[in-house]
Amino acid sequence: MSTPRALQPFATIGGAFLATSEVVGGMGVMFGRIVSRLVRLSFDRSELLRNLYKMGVKSLPIVVVTALFTGGIMVIQAAPLVERYGAHGLLGWGAGFGTLREIGPLLTALMISGRVGANNTAELGTMVVTEQIDALRALAIDPIGFLIVPRFIGIVTTLFLSTVFADALALFGAAYAGRGILGVEPMVFFNGLTSGLLGLGDVFHGLIKSVVFGMVIALASCQFGIATSGGAPGVGRAVNSTVVVSAAGIFVLDYIVSFAIG
Amino acid sequence: MIALEGVTKSFDRPVLRGVNLIVPEGCLYGLIGPGASGKSVLLKILVGLIRPEAGRVLIGGRDIFQMSDLELQEFRKRIGMLFQNNALFDFMTVADNIAFPLRRLFNLPDQEVQERVAERLAVVSLPGFEERMPSGLSGGQKKRVGVARATVAKAPIVFYDEPAAGLDPVTSQKIFDLLRAEQRASGATVVMVSSDLDRLLTVTDRVGMMYRGSLIFDGTTQEAKQSKNPYVHQFVHGIPEGPL
Repeated sequence: MSTPRALQPFATIGGAFLATSEVVGGMGVMFGRIVSRLVRLSFDRSELLRNLYKMGVKSLPIVVVTALFTGGIMVIQAAPLVERYGAHGLLGWGAGFGTLREIGPLLTALMISGRVGANNTAELGTMVVTEQIDALRALAIDPIGFLIVPRFIGIVTTLFLSTVFADALALFGAAYAGRGILGVEPMVFFNGLTSGLLGLGDVFHGLIKSVVFGMVIALASCQFGIATSGGAPGVGRAVNSTVVVSAAGIFVLDYIVSFAIG
Repeated sequence: MIALEGVTKSFDRPVLRGVNLIVPEGCLYGLIGPGASGKSVLLKILVGLIRPEAGRVLIGGRDIFQMSDLELQEFRKRIGMLFQNNALFDFMTVADNIAFPLRRLFNLPDQEVQERVAERLAVVSLPGFEERMPSGLSGGQKKRVGVARATVAKAPIVFYDEPAAGLDPVTSQKIFDLLRAEQRASGATVVMVSSDLDRLLTVTDRVGMMYRGSLIFDGTTQEAKQSKNPYVHQFVHGIPEGPL
């Protein structure tokens, strides 16, 4: 029975709500399964090490490039205002505040989502359509413990450590961009950073976000990967869904976490 | 012995309709039928990967869907399976793929694992392929690695889903001869799904034919070839005209 035209906007909204609920619910169920295995330490250690290397070490180059240019871009954007108000001494604080609390974790998460999250979904989806998951189950291997939990730990750990690394590099990039564009010496930049206007709370603010973002990326990429159907086109759709849902989740949770922890 | 009693399964349409089947111990049983007749789904139900909506699957007298997780793990130590698409783990070498059941299920020492992997690779005519990755193998080589993995644990029950799919005629015959020799040597109970009837019927003891989710024939290979059932006759002899 087709929906009457007058009710179609409501049907569209309802359909979107149901689709979103299905995604969020699936990620919630996946999280519960992961936690139950984490608590029992029921996961594969060699898979964990393999994923930590693949996701973490191999992401370093792109994290380095992203972070350095992020710091530089912040200085470029702030330069006119710094010059107008003579606020050279506050450059370190401004770059630090923005980087540590927001830009560092956010851009690193988006980069890791695109590189690691999408790849994770593609790998898992390919394993589903080529019956590798069935082969694991036929061998009485728990796919969640063998595949999913190591990837979850890998992504969250990668994003946390990458954010620490990216924060430091972004500030380094900002310091030397400040020197080149505004003539602010790195020592002045560093003094602004450590003047007392910034504290450990700002650092932890960003790191908490990195853990939350990591969990969203991990859950979305694993959920869409393991639920893939429809052959190779299905893998493509799953990857697309992962990127979209991860990005949306990052921004929504960024708002929530920022509001919650101040 | 493997026994199915009234096994029924539907996805968006009925796939299996009350299948009753007995595979005697030590028998090489061929499961044939047109495409989408439910053969692969039946095989996955036998392994416990898909749960039927009705009916029982008895292996060694035990209903596999009534087993606890521990019992199911013990049960799966006794089976080997070759999947239609081989299902080799992309991120493992050939040696690690073949060794996977031995390391995971039996905790064998490394030396013994290496010896058994080398022995399996020699049997499937792929000596020295230990460090190759699945992506670097041809279709026939992947199939042979899959056979090696399915048989490395010398399981008493083995399932093969299209063991010669996509292979050239010479390689296909070698695969079937190999599987028959393995079965004769070990006395394993084997269920084999294949569309390559000419070669399949040279190795089977008994044959069952599926059509639209029902088992319409169950008998010896000779009985299948001589069957007067028009569906079986048309399919076994590859006759274009008929009820299929």
